[in-house]
Amino acid sequence: MPQRSTITRLARATGAAAAACALLATAACGSRAGEETQAAESCVDTSGDTVKVGALNSLSGTMAISETTVRDAIYLAVDEINAAGGVLDKKIEIVAEDGASEPTVFAEKAEKLIREDCVAAVFGGWTSASRKAMLPVFEDNDSLLYYPVQYEGLEASENIFYTGATTNQQIIPALDYLAETGVKSLYLVGSDYVFPRTANAIINAYAEAHGIEVLGEDYVTLGSTEFSTIVNQVKSAGADAVFNTLNGDSNVAFFREYANVGLTAEQMPVMSVSIAEEEVGGIGVENIEGQLAAWNYYQTVESPANAAFVAAFKAEYGADRVTSDPMEAAYTSVHLWAATAEKAGSFAVADIQGAADGVSFDAPEGTVVIDGANHHVTKTARIGEISADGLLHTVWESEGAIEPDPFLDGYDWAADLTVSK
Amino acid sequence: MDLLVGQLFTGLSTGSILLLAALGLSLTFGQMGVINMAHGEFIMAGCYTAYVVQQIAGDAGVSLLIALPLGFAVGGAMGLVLEALLIRHLYHRPLDTLLVTFGVGLILQQVARDVFGAPAVNVSVPPALRGGVDLLGVTVPKTRLFIMGLAIVAVTAVALVLRFTPAGRRIRAVVGNRDLAETAGISSRAVDAGTFFIGSGLAGVAGVALTLIGSTSPTTGQSYLVDAFLVVVAGGLGRIKGAVVAAVALGATQAVFETYSTASLAKVGVFIVIVVFLQLRPQGLFTLRTRSLA
Amino acid sequence: MNRFFASRPGTWAGFAAAAAVLFGLAPLVLSGFRLGLLAQFLCYAIVAVGIGLAWGRGGMLTLGQGVFFGMGAYLMAMHLKMADAAFRNGPGAVPDFMELAGIRELPAYWAPFASPVFTIAAILLLPTGFAVLLGLAVFKRRVKGAYFAILSQALAGAFAILLIGQQSLGGFNGLSRFRYFFGYNLDDPVNQQMLYYIAAGVLLAAVAIALQLRRSRYGELLLAVRDAEARVRFLGYDAANIKTVAYATAALFASVAGAVFVPIVGIISPASIGIVPSIMFLLGVAIGGRATLLGPVLGALAVYWAQTTLSEQFPSGWVYAQGLLFVLVIALLPGGIASITALAKRIPTKRAPAEAAA
Repeated sequence: MPQRSTITRLARATGAAAAACALLATAACGSRAGEETQAAESCVDTSGDTVKVGALNSLSGTMAISETTVRDAIYLAVDEINAAGGVLDKKIEIVAEDGASEPTVFAEKAEKLIREDCVAAVFGGWTSASRKAMLPVFEDNDSLLYYPVQYEGLEASENIFYTGATTNQQIIPALDYLAETGVKSLYLVGSDYVFPRTANAIINAYAEAHGIEVLGEDYVTLGSTEFSTIVNQVKSAGADAVFNTLNGDSNVAFFREYANVGLTAEQMPVMSVSIAEEEVGGIGVENIEGQLAAWNYYQTVESPANAAFVAAFKAEYGADRVTSDPMEAAYTSVHLWAATAEKAGSFAVADIQGAADGVSFDAPEGTVVIDGANHHVTKTARIGEISADGLLHTVWESEGAIEPDPFLDGYDWAADLTVSK
Repeated sequence: MDLLVGQLFTGLSTGSILLLAALGLSLTFGQMGVINMAHGEFIMAGCYTAYVVQQIAGDAGVSLLIALPLGFAVGGAMGLVLEALLIRHLYHRPLDTLLVTFGVGLILQQVARDVFGAPAVNVSVPPALRGGVDLLGVTVPKTRLFIMGLAIVAVTAVALVLRFTPAGRRIRAVVGNRDLAETAGISSRAVDAGTFFIGSGLAGVAGVALTLIGSTSPTTGQSYLVDAFLVVVAGGLGRIKGAVVAAVALGATQAVFETYSTASLAKVGVFIVIVVFLQLRPQGLFTLRTRSLA
Repeated sequence: MNRFFASRPGTWAGFAAAAAVLFGLAPLVLSGFRLGLLAQFLCYAIVAVGIGLAWGRGGMLTLGQGVFFGMGAYLMAMHLKMADAAFRNGPGAVPDFMELAGIRELPAYWAPFASPVFTIAAILLLPTGFAVLLGLAVFKRRVKGAYFAILSQALAGAFAILLIGQQSLGGFNGLSRFRYFFGYNLDDPVNQQMLYYIAAGVLLAAVAIALQLRRSRYGELLLAVRDAEARVRFLGYDAANIKTVAYATAALFASVAGAVFVPIVGIISPASIGIVPSIMFLLGVAIGGRATLLGPVLGALAVYWAQTTLSEQFPSGWVYAQGLLFVLVIALLPGGIASITALAKRIPTKRAPAEAAA
């Protein structure tokens, strides 16, 4: 084979390829910016005696730690509804997918559930990244996602129902509680991702408006176990309390280090917003006893609905299992969807959206009501103290359920935090 | 002053954690050029060994003493199996072992998830190791002192074995020149298996020790793996001395970066330091003089 | 494989067949969703072509292609976000995610990405330039083999961590929610199909470039460096330069792949470019046959297809199957799936080229 110069050959190859691409680019093209696009037709089939829903949780990867428990709660709710006759006389059939802790996989599987499996709604997601990745999929395909985890707010999509707390149902009550108990200075420790950063922006604004001093703000990479520097800085700063937005595994290392340098809950309490019953077991109760957490639900909440929920969960998954806030929110989300469908008399997305406002469910945490304007739900804020039995016990509770306010419109001091919806 | 002592200590402590995680790698990577991506999962196996022992024995102090040697045995046994089944057949394709062991790592993670459940489990710290002691004005957690001590013991033990036992001499011979060692009648296959046993066993020990400070979950090992590889690369292949110096230097670098910027940037900073450093010494801190061309 | 393309008619026939399958058959038989998935896999395959060149032919185990993939993806994503903001709120508006992160002013480095031309130039030049600098720095010092592998892997890890810390690049969440691609609506199925065609076109172009490089004098030199670097040096060539060219080409392919990936998938985040995704890029190449031209492409498609299918069929146990697949194929088929044909042809094979490569 004769050798021609590499450059000529490359130029020819690229030239040909570029020409082909250009040709393609000028071929038939769809709508341009500004023109309306026809939304894809929904393929949900409700003619049979079942209705399909998706359960999209990470069963592998780093987030499996938390998300497998949410999946258990979703299955429990579906079983309950089916045992009671189903929704609109149809049995619910779950199509499970693994989000694999990766946002792109969440987007891919969400699309598969909507377009290939034709599910009526999807339950799941945990990290903000996974929700942000799925949001365009649900909007473009006009389908429904029920997202069960407390999050950083500043979002409201027609196609998502948020059954976890937004910031004014978790973070602000936690700050109110700390201020009430006389905390004048805070130290902020968080994992380096969006929830802690947004939470800390809110905390800083709140602190400024309420005369609380923020003595430090530190972020660690997700999954980091190296806390000696930070804990020493926390100790020497001597704040009245620590606000902890660390995620997952990092809490173990943080609280052990915290106890090791001699800091206690009496001396410098830590308020955590990502530690629930499930996490306490992994951290070890001896390292965290007496510390505070802010959620809307604890296993110890006293209500008939919760007693039934805990009993059913333990019967299904074992007496040693605990129930936690995200699990309760996931459980509630399935029931809320079913109740909305019953009210609407249909599984169609538009009908569900139209009927959602005011739909309520007697959830384990108390009665929750969907706010049709922003698709969040009313929630009671609870501050819990971690006790020796590994459970959290409510030490403070908001007066009634708090209306969701994801953009913090009702708070003057938060005006700078949000620009536009 | 406090800050400086605090930094110094943090650097040493981080370094000793890195060293424990990297010591076994340094042996296997150094001797065979095997990049064992499942090393992290061997560490994780050590963590779960500590957990299981504690579930059975109850008392945290006693179970730690049992778990340390048992962790070595568990990690070592897993290493032996991996070596015999896979790595032995891939000695001439060292970069393939990386991919194969990555697959093994995935499987082991899933095994842990199915056996112990996805959520993290708690391994209690013995009462004797809780709290801290005051050293030169800073509070030093006892667990970290223990890990430092353990790292010193492990390094010393490995160094003594390599130096004074016949098996150690054979390992050094194979590291130095595999072909020549074989010519001299050393069964490199047996030596490889032995090295892999020790290296993997050390990962198990590291796992047991790391339950004192971190969490125990199926993905625990992952968080230590890359840092451990960096230690090995910066230290120089197969050089225990190099691994020690590199681990402490990396730990100190990270501690300093972390104080003056964020922990995330500290990781990036450490990487830049290593790239620059390898510009100066491409084969790591301590190189083995050989007469081979590359 | 190479022999198949040795003659010009054969080459053209091969390309024509591939084009017919990609442009004609696939859109006919696949649903819109599956075609979108295939488009995503084609992007991975483009990365694989580059890895095949750098690793299979050049012997450089690039464990950090996520870096270049991520660069291309983020550069494209920045342009899409700028265009999106400009369309909604006028030129120079702040992208939506920044508003949420509390960033009021557009960071200076974002401004040029309002220009499509600048963006495309950056996608082509920036990662490639970075690869040249890094390649020269590393290869001149003769860092190679496992050392290079670990270094490039650490680079991917460090890059992902760096991005997580950058709030003006979306942090951990990354960049998502793109509405327009150079003026076209992204939610229109016709435009989505167009993106698939672009991915397929880029893949064919990448394969063509790789083929030309392999056939050229340079390709021979690269092979020589892989198998006996010292000898090539003694002959008066600068091995570092030769390796750097292959490394930079691989970086270019990865960057372009990333840029095409973004409008197709609709999100880019640090999770898609870190250590594990970088290893996944490599696995496809190893499984397909690293030293062949088409092995990496087919391997990448096979691996991601298998992953998707397995995880759909067995959401809670698919990791076992995936892990086993990697272990068995790589351990038993050193030359990858492509070597099966060779094995079938003559049973007592010579040492597969892959062995020398490793």
